[in-house]
Amino acid sequence: MKINIKHIAKLANLHISDEEGKKFEKQLSEILNYVNQLNSVDTKNVEITSQITDLENVTREDKTSPSLSQEEALSNTKSKHNGLFKVKKVL
Amino acid sequence: MKAVIGLEVHIELKTKSKMFCGCSADYFGQKPNTHTCPVCLGLPGALPVPNKKAIEWCSMLGMALNCDIPLFSKFDRKNYFYPDLAKGYQISQYDEPFCLKGSINLESGKTIGITRVHMEEDTGKLIHQAIDGQDVTLIDFNRSGVPLVEIVTEPDFDNAKDVVDYLKKLQQIARYLDISNADMEKGDMRLEPNISIRKAGEAGLPNYKVEVKNINSFKFVEKSINYEIDRQTKILNEDKTPIQETRGWDENKQKTVTQRVKEEASDYRYFPEPDIPPIRWTKSEIDKLRSTLPELPQEKISRFQKQYNLSLYDTTILTEDLTTSEYFETAATAGARKISPKQIANVMINKKINIDEILPAKLIEEVTISSKKINISEEELLEAVRKILKTNPKIAQDYKKGKDSVVQFAIGQVMYIMKKKIDTEILRKLIIEELK
Repeated sequence: MKINIKHIAKLANLHISDEEGKKFEKQLSEILNYVNQLNSVDTKNVEITSQITDLENVTREDKTSPSLSQEEALSNTKSKHNGLFKVKKVL
Repeated sequence: MKAVIGLEVHIELKTKSKMFCGCSADYFGQKPNTHTCPVCLGLPGALPVPNKKAIEWCSMLGMALNCDIPLFSKFDRKNYFYPDLAKGYQISQYDEPFCLKGSINLESGKTIGITRVHMEEDTGKLIHQAIDGQDVTLIDFNRSGVPLVEIVTEPDFDNAKDVVDYLKKLQQIARYLDISNADMEKGDMRLEPNISIRKAGEAGLPNYKVEVKNINSFKFVEKSINYEIDRQTKILNEDKTPIQETRGWDENKQKTVTQRVKEEASDYRYFPEPDIPPIRWTKSEIDKLRSTLPELPQEKISRFQKQYNLSLYDTTILTEDLTTSEYFETAATAGARKISPKQIANVMINKKINIDEILPAKLIEEVTISSKKINISEEELLEAVRKILKTNPKIAQDYKKGKDSVVQFAIGQVMYIMKKKIDTEILRKLIIEELK
């Protein structure tokens, strides 16, 4: 199966070298071919689903619960400014 | 040439808590990053659980827009890298939204198709600024995860006026349902029109479209759409095709400006959200929810016309918002047998009375009095004034000495012999003129 490794890297926000690209392209193709074996299973009588837990309607009531403090929310980053997360300029 | 316009409108719901966690959704004006938790910060291992009320409200909006409500629905992940959502994806709905295929009627007589109404989460707020000479983006995640409903129309609009009418109706419905403040200036309601121009003789949709963002008032909607129609028509008249892009309305320049040119089609790689089991309604649950729908604007207009024998013009104004319509109904009940609903409507519409200050019963009293006032002719009044001044010569004497307070005495005397309440301002003028 042919894959566009540059496009996939871009979507995953990864920077990869040409050499890495070649390596991953081969590896990803192999994985896809492996998973493709599933297509040989006869699923004519299998019900379509997008999940395997069989759960449905798991919801919560509209009630508030305590949030993290500003310090806690920002505690995993060094890049902050006046209580805000700071990242490289986007847009 | 004819404009082809479709709309995507986002309405933020006014639930107490966020869409997938218990953080307070009341973020407006709060200190940054004080309304977050592992779920809405996208921390590893956090489990989102959908807000039942938000799902019900989304479905009710769909019902109000005449949509089908499928029994089965699910959430999906929309994957993209942008720091407004920390997870790297937005939980949204892709192929099985809560509401499908609705419609809405406009004042122009046109019917607009509603493609879908689906549920998703709002993003964090980005602030672009320079710090220590470096351009950075600052993020506040308080808004991240607040329930957001997206309403998508068919490309059925061909002018800005209809778009504004649609938006006002949508805002009115959201407010009648009491599910959102739908305030455009505050960002509770945001719209993105997709605009293109179909050349004469051409069938189908044009081969490009321009999306316009940053429209945060009804005034800008009309201006930006008309600007785009002009701009694109000029380009097409030169036998060129406008670029497919996202533009933003710039109020200072009074024009739309390029924001982002889409080089390739978006590739969001939607897939079913594995953290959230699907939603399945029973028929009776949907019926029950439908029965909780309040009387909607269109229904209220028809009822007011019939019940109070009012014109479409009057009823449209009186039903603009719930407070006004409720005020009118209370006043109509209080004024029954004294004054007609039409008189109340006239006063409310023409005199632009402040309904927050005057109680309906008080209004009825005032209208009743003023309608009696009309029954007294000026000659009748003048006659009474002359009579009082003649029998009380001291009034004129005192007035000449500069005692203005005697005028008030004269007013009281006239009122006494007329046995009616009279507009004191008119009476005061008459008396002073006579005294001169």
